[in-house]
Amino acid sequence: MTLHQPVPAKEARPGPDDVIKLAIMAVGGQGGGVLTRWIETLARSQGYACQATSVAGVAQRTGATVYYVEMARTGSGQPVFALAPAAGDVDILIAAELMEAGRAIARGFVTPDRTTLIASSHRDLAVSEKTVPGDGIADAAEVRAAAEIAAARFICFDMERLAVESGSVISATLFGTLAASRCLPFERADFEDAIRTGKREVEASLRAFDAGFHACLQGVPSGDAPERSPPAQGATGPAHLLDRWQGLAGRVSDLPAPVRPIAMAGLRKVVDFMDADYGQEYLDRMAPFVDADGVDNDHALTRAAAKYVANAMAYDDVIRVADLKTRASRNDRIVVEMGTEPQQLLHLTEYMHPRAEEIVGLLPARLGARIAASPRAMARVDRWFSKGRRLRSDRLGPFLLLYALGGLKRYRRRTRRHAVEQAHLDRWLSRAARAAADDPALATEVLGCGRLIKGYSDTHARGLSNFDKVLGIVDQVAGRPDAAACTSRLREAALLDEDGKALTEAIRAIERS
Amino acid sequence: MAERSFKSEVEHLRLGAGKTFTGEGILAITKALLESGVGYVGGYQGAPISHLMDVLADAQDLLAELGVRFEANASEAAATAMLAASVHYPIRGAVTYKGPVGVNVASDALANLSSSGVNGGALIVLGEDYGEGSSIMQERSHAFAMKSQFWLLDPRPNLPSIVRAVKQGFELSEASRTPVMLMVRIRSCHVTGQFEAADNIPPALTVRDALAEPRKDFRRVVLPPMSYAHERDKIENRWPAAEAFITERALNERFGPRQGKVGIVLQGGMYNGVTRALQRLGLADLYGNTEVPLHVLNVTYPLVRTEVLDFARGKDALLIVEEGQPEFIEQTIGSMLFREGVQTRLMGKDVLPMAGEYTGEVLRDGMTAFLRETAPDLLPRQVRAPNRDAPEIPDLSKTVPVRPPGFCTGCPERPIFAALKIVQQELGEHQITGDIGCHLFAALPPFEIGGSTMGYGLGPASNSAFDGGGSKRAISIIGDGGFWHNGLASSIGNMVFNRSDSVAVIVDNYYSAATGGQDVPSSRASNPTRATNNPISAAVRGVGVDWIREIDRTYDVPRMCEVFREALTTDHDGPKVIIASSECMLNRQRREKPLRQEAINAGTRVEVPRFGVDEDICTGDHACIRLSGCPSLSLKTLDDPLRDDPVAHIDQTCVGCGNCGEVAEAAALCPSFYRADIVHNPSGFERWRAGIAAWLIGRLQRRRERKSLSFGGAA
Repeated sequence: MTLHQPVPAKEARPGPDDVIKLAIMAVGGQGGGVLTRWIETLARSQGYACQATSVAGVAQRTGATVYYVEMARTGSGQPVFALAPAAGDVDILIAAELMEAGRAIARGFVTPDRTTLIASSHRDLAVSEKTVPGDGIADAAEVRAAAEIAAARFICFDMERLAVESGSVISATLFGTLAASRCLPFERADFEDAIRTGKREVEASLRAFDAGFHACLQGVPSGDAPERSPPAQGATGPAHLLDRWQGLAGRVSDLPAPVRPIAMAGLRKVVDFMDADYGQEYLDRMAPFVDADGVDNDHALTRAAAKYVANAMAYDDVIRVADLKTRASRNDRIVVEMGTEPQQLLHLTEYMHPRAEEIVGLLPARLGARIAASPRAMARVDRWFSKGRRLRSDRLGPFLLLYALGGLKRYRRRTRRHAVEQAHLDRWLSRAARAAADDPALATEVLGCGRLIKGYSDTHARGLSNFDKVLGIVDQVAGRPDAAACTSRLREAALLDEDGKALTEAIRAIERS
Repeated sequence: MAERSFKSEVEHLRLGAGKTFTGEGILAITKALLESGVGYVGGYQGAPISHLMDVLADAQDLLAELGVRFEANASEAAATAMLAASVHYPIRGAVTYKGPVGVNVASDALANLSSSGVNGGALIVLGEDYGEGSSIMQERSHAFAMKSQFWLLDPRPNLPSIVRAVKQGFELSEASRTPVMLMVRIRSCHVTGQFEAADNIPPALTVRDALAEPRKDFRRVVLPPMSYAHERDKIENRWPAAEAFITERALNERFGPRQGKVGIVLQGGMYNGVTRALQRLGLADLYGNTEVPLHVLNVTYPLVRTEVLDFARGKDALLIVEEGQPEFIEQTIGSMLFREGVQTRLMGKDVLPMAGEYTGEVLRDGMTAFLRETAPDLLPRQVRAPNRDAPEIPDLSKTVPVRPPGFCTGCPERPIFAALKIVQQELGEHQITGDIGCHLFAALPPFEIGGSTMGYGLGPASNSAFDGGGSKRAISIIGDGGFWHNGLASSIGNMVFNRSDSVAVIVDNYYSAATGGQDVPSSRASNPTRATNNPISAAVRGVGVDWIREIDRTYDVPRMCEVFREALTTDHDGPKVIIASSECMLNRQRREKPLRQEAINAGTRVEVPRFGVDEDICTGDHACIRLSGCPSLSLKTLDDPLRDDPVAHIDQTCVGCGNCGEVAEAAALCPSFYRADIVHNPSGFERWRAGIAAWLIGRLQRRRERKSLSFGGAA
C-alpha cells in the first residue's frame, strides 16, 4: 500500500467551493464535445487545473447527453475532481436546447443558491412530441417559469438561430454567451484564443461566438417569438370580383367583434379555395350559429363554426394541392427556406401518390359515384393510376399539368369529391345546429370535432372514422349535463395516438359512466 | 478506421520522456501500453474503449517502428484467444473490449487462458459499461475474475493512476503468471487530464522474432491431468504470488489519518466520487486530504487479507463503497472479519443502494447515513440538523420528454423499418427480434419493431424456436457488425442447418456503425491494412442459403416493401435472407461533405438535395413522422388562427436522403413533400433553359392572379 499522509486538518484550506463546476446538457450532434474541449483549453491556458468527462457511444446518437467540466486554480497539489455533476452542486449549467434545460432542472442540477443557467430557447423536438397526431409539443413556458425559480441567474435566448445565421453550430454561440456572462474568470480574448487552437471552421465559430456574446449583453434583435407569417394583405383581383369581396367582407364586419378575425380568415380561405359564391355559402352556413350564440361564452360557438366550417369547406383535394404548388408565393417561400442564391438553380421534385379515390373524386359526381360503388371498377382505376409520381415542377411540362389541374376550381362544384364533402358537412352541421338549440356548449364541441378530419388517404379515412365514432357517442350523451365535456374528452383522446387506443378507452369510460 | 482520422491522437503516442501528455483516459492507456514494451495489441471495438482501437488502427507506422503487431479481432473471444501468444512466449500482450458483454463473449478463451497461465504479461483493458450512458444490461465483470481467477485492477480515475495501473498490471501478470484485467469505467475512459510521458519501449522479443523459434509445453494445455494441476497451481502458487506483489509494490493506497474510529474501503474507481462526498461534508480538502481513513482498492480482486485486517484493526466501523451488485467485496471482507473474530462493524449495501450507479448524491447520502450512525461527531452541524428552507422548484419530470438515442438524420436503416412498418400494416404484426447495433433503435417509437435482443450476432438465432414456421413467418434483424462478429455461424448457419422457415434481414451499412464506424470485412472502403469488400451475400450463399435478396439502396421504400412482402409470402422452403445495403449517413457525410465543398469552391457543377414540406398542404396529422422519426423532420406552429395542430417542417440539417418523400409515396400519405436540389455552378445552357421556363411559369402565375381574387399568398 501507498500511504498518503494527511495535511493537518481544520485550517482554512481550499475545499469544493474553490472548484468551478460546469455541466453541459445537449442533444447528440449539437457539438457538446467541441464546447467542452474549448472550455478545457481555455481553463488550462489560464493556469487552471481542469478535468472534463463525457459519455460517448450510442448514447450520443440523437439522445440526451451530459458533459461535465471542473476546474480550480492550481495550488499545492493535484485537485481531486468529480467525474459527474451532482444535484445541488453545479455552478454553471449550459443547456443547448430548452427541454434539456428542463431536464437539468428536473435532475436537480440547477439550484437557486449557486447555478447560472445558460439555455438556448429553441426547441429540438423529441420523437414522442412529434408523433402525436394532435399537438404533443411540451410546454416551454413551464420550463421557463421553473428556470426563473430554480436558477440563481437565467440567461435564455435563441442561440441556435444565431449560430445558423453565422454559418456555424450552437456550441460557438453558447461559448460566446458563457464569455459574456462573466461566470468564468477569463477575458473574452482568452475565449477566442481557445477557439483558434482548433483547426476547423475557426472563422465561422468566431462569428457565432461574437453573435452569442453580443446577444447575451444587449439582447436578441428580434425573432425570439415563434415564426410569424406576413400580415394578411387585402384582396387583389379584377374590379367586379373586388366589389363582391367588399360585400362579403362587409357581412363579416356585421358579426360580433370576437368572431370577426377568425371569420375573416375563414372567408379568405374558402374564397381562395373556390370563388366568391363559395364565400357567400360559407357565411350562410355560419349564420344559424350566430343566432344561437350568446355573449356570455364570448361567442365560442360562432368562433368554432367560423373555424371548422372554413376548414371543412376548403377540403384537401387534388385541385387544391395542384393550385398551391403552382403559385408564385410558394416559389418565393422555398427560395427563402433553402437559402438559394441568384447564381444557383433550384430543381423542385414533387412527391405524389394519387390513388383511385382521388382520381374518381375528380370525376363528375354521378359518374364518380357509380365507379366508387363498384369495387372492380375501383380496382381497375387503381391499377391504371395509383403509383408514386414524381413531378419536376420547375420544368414547363409538369408545371403545365399541375397548373391545369389547379385551374379546375370552378368545375370542382360538379365533382364527386365535392358532393361527398357537402353531404358530410350538411349532416355534421345539422347535428351541431340541433344541439345548439338547448346545449350551445355541446354544439361548440361537435363543431370542434372537425379537427379530427385531416390528412390524406388512410390517415384521412382514420380521421373520418374517429369523427364518426365521436359523433356516435354524442348522440348517446346528448342531454346529459356533461355532454360537452365528454365530447371534448373524446376528441382530445382521438388526437393522442394513431391506433385509436386512447379513444377506445375514453369511449369505454364514458359508456360505463 | 474509415472516415475519421485519428492522426492527431497518434502524435500523442509519440511523446517521449520529459513531455506532458494531455488528453483522454483511454488514449493515456494506449500510450501506457507502448511505454510498457507491449508486443502485440488486439481487441474488439465498443464504447467506451473504441478509441483505443481507432487510434492504434491509424498508428500503423509507429507500431511498425516499434515492432508491435496490432489486430482488429473478429470478436472479443478472438481477441482473448490472441493472448495465447503470452502463454508460452515472454511477450507482453494487451487486448481491449467492453464489459461485461465483451467478457461474456470472451469467457471461453478467458477461462482457458486463466487455466493455462501466462509467461509474458497479459493485460485485458476492459471498458466497464455501467451507469449513465451505458447501452447494455447492468451487470459486473467482477464475477468473471472470481470464476476464472484472473486479477482485476480498478485504478483511481485520473491519468497518472491509470497509466501506472497499466504498467503494474503487466508486472503483476508476470509475477503471478496470471492474466490481469484493467477495468476502467465509462467516465474514466473519457476523463481528461495530464501525465508525464515516458519513452516508448519496443518489445524485448517481437511476435515476428518469436515465430523463428517456436515454443511449446504440453503442461500448459487444458487437458487432464494438467487441468487439475492448473487449478492447484492457481491456489497454491499464483494467488499467493499475486498477494505478495500487491503488498510489496503497494498497489492499493491509504489516505487520511492512520488511526480513526471509522474507515472507508472503496474500489479505486469510486475514489473521486467518495472524495467529493467527503469534500462536501467538510471532511476533505480540494486535494483529497481527508479526515476519514480510506483504503483504496486499486486491485479489487484478489483482496489482500492482511491489508484489509490491518485497516480494520482499531476501527469501530467500516463502510464498503462497491458499485453494482452482487456485493462481492463486501461479502469477502465480511467473511475475513468474521473468521478473524474482529468486532468492527461492516456497512455498505445497507446505507448505499444495492443496484444502480453511485452518483454524487447517492454517495453523499450513503456516507452521511454511515457517519450519522457510526461517528456523528465528524459531521458538520448543518448536515446533522439541516435547517435550510430551499424554495420549491416546480416538478418538470412530467413536462420534459424522454430523449433516447435514435437513428441519425438520413440514416439508411430508417427506410428499412419504415417499409417493414408499412408491410406490417398490410400483412399484420409479425414476431420480430433484433440484434445488437444501431438497428435496435427501431425497437423504440416511432417504429416499435422487435421486442428482444439476445446478444451480438444472435438476432436470427433468438428466433429459432419459431423456425418451424406457422401462419405468419418470424422476422429477425441483424447488422453487418453482428453478422461478422458471430452471426454467420450462430445465426445464418444455424438457420440453414435447421431448415428454418424464417426471414432474416441483414442491415449492411458498410461499417461497424454503432461503435464508431470501424471497418468490417464487407466494408466498401479500401483499407491499406485490412481486407475489405468481402460481400455478405457470398458468405451467406457459402453457408447454404438459396433464397437471398439484395437491395443496394435502402431508401427505395417501394422496393423494400416488395421484398418484405415476397419474403413473407413466398413458398420457398428454407431460410429467407434479405441483405439491405446503404452506407451509414454519418460516415458518408464525413467523407462527402468536405469533397463537395471543395468541388463547389472549384466551380464544378454540384447538386445538393434537401427536402421540404408545403406548410399549407400539410394538415398536421404527423403520419409521416410516425414512419420516420428523423431529427430533421420536425414540427412548426403556424401563425394561422384556423390551424389547431403544428405542421411538419424540415430544417436545414436535412441531408436529402429521400426517406420522407419515399415513405409519403409508398404509404400514399400526402403530397406535401418536395425535394429541392440546389444546383451550384450550373452551366450556361442550363441557366438559359431554366430562365425560359421560369419566365413562362411566371407569366402564367401572374395571369391567374390577375383573373381571380387573391390574398397575397396562400389563405
